[in-house]
Amino acid sequence: MKLTQGTFSYLPDLTDEQISKQVQYCIDNGWAVNLEFTDDPHPRNTYWEMWGLPMFDVKDAAGVMYELNECRKVYGDNHYIRLTAFDNSHGWESIRLSFIVNRPKGEEKGFRLERQEVDDRKIRYTTHSYATDKPAGERY
Amino acid sequence: MLEEESKKIPESYNLQQAFEESGVKEVLDELDRDLIGLQPVKTRIREIAALLMVNKAREEMALTTAKPSLHMSFTGNPGTGKTTVAMRMAALLHRLGYVRKGHLVSVTRDDLVGQYIGHTAPKTKEMIKKAMGGVLFIDEAYYLYRPDNERDYGQEAIEILLQIMENNRDDLVVILAGYADKMDRFFTSNPGFRSRIAHHIDFPDYTDDELLQIARKMLEEQNYRFDKSAEQIMKKYIAARRNQPHFANARSIRNALDRAILRQANRLFKQNRDLSADDLSTVIEEDIAASRVLKSTDSTNQKE
Repeated sequence: MKLTQGTFSYLPDLTDEQISKQVQYCIDNGWAVNLEFTDDPHPRNTYWEMWGLPMFDVKDAAGVMYELNECRKVYGDNHYIRLTAFDNSHGWESIRLSFIVNRPKGEEKGFRLERQEVDDRKIRYTTHSYATDKPAGERY
Repeated sequence: MLEEESKKIPESYNLQQAFEESGVKEVLDELDRDLIGLQPVKTRIREIAALLMVNKAREEMALTTAKPSLHMSFTGNPGTGKTTVAMRMAALLHRLGYVRKGHLVSVTRDDLVGQYIGHTAPKTKEMIKKAMGGVLFIDEAYYLYRPDNERDYGQEAIEILLQIMENNRDDLVVILAGYADKMDRFFTSNPGFRSRIAHHIDFPDYTDDELLQIARKMLEEQNYRFDKSAEQIMKKYIAARRNQPHFANARSIRNALDRAILRQANRLFKQNRDLSADDLSTVIEEDIAASRVLKSTDSTNQKE
């Protein structure tokens, strides 16, 4: 199951050239680009690990692409990597753009729906990521 | 794919026209106008510009061209304009479409080399990332390498730089600068650097005449000027200053002028009369003649 999170998630994965153009767009808008990775892709897991610091002073997309490739070398095989662009201007101070730039090489295992029966025969629903059945680092 | 095929290959390409339209001519003319002397440097920059223009033309004609490596090393004595030219270089390469952004990131050893193990690589990479799309200017590059200490972290920075210069040739241009003799020693002990740098540009010392022109220009920029006799004495000053230790070409001239302006202000202040704009902007003989350099032309070990 292909994980869909963030901008462009229903498009085919972006090529490096397309990523680079998106990054340049972010930089030209004055947003700081940041790389994050995780192997727990649950939609409610919003805090992914950061790869280095947000790149505030980089003027050209090549700098970000360089870091992305470094990150892929280490985590590319079994982690998701996403790219976020942070807008620090007053009133925003938040992420303006975020999309997945790397998927684990192994099968993307997806989620199952879990039903929990509680009092009065009510049902609580929750999603469970198959990946997290295994310990971190061995999931993909 | 379709786009590429339908793109028409022009029959002929007018180099001169492209040259003028791209704004390269402006930068080169500016360079000629603003920088006095430095003939070999200007010639080399023109050659590089020509090469890149021709490459562009070849690209239009769908002839394959390898992107030339444009890493450079600027060697020359203090005050010969290495940093100034590096700044221009960034603008020029941007106009020529060789670098995408055309900014200059100027660094020294401190910015690249860390203080403890594992500190150097992130620091160097950080600077390299900042410089991508532009020019990385490493001033006094020979300090990166300390032969007396084999555990020095400078070596690590050098290795990263070499790797980036090779692999990310499209993303940034590295310019090393420093004094000629020390740079020579640096290149001898790091042969990898020498071979990766295509352009070794030597900045010659200025002649006395050129220094006088520079002095005039510096004053003009601040809305000052010499009167006739002051110019004569400035000539003498330059000749005398050259023979003293720590002579730093244009930088020495700048310092001398700063002091002359100081003396001029002092003189005007003491005169205690109504001053015209002319008075305020003229540097006269005695402002320069008061310099210690001229008073002690015989003793060479005296300071400025």
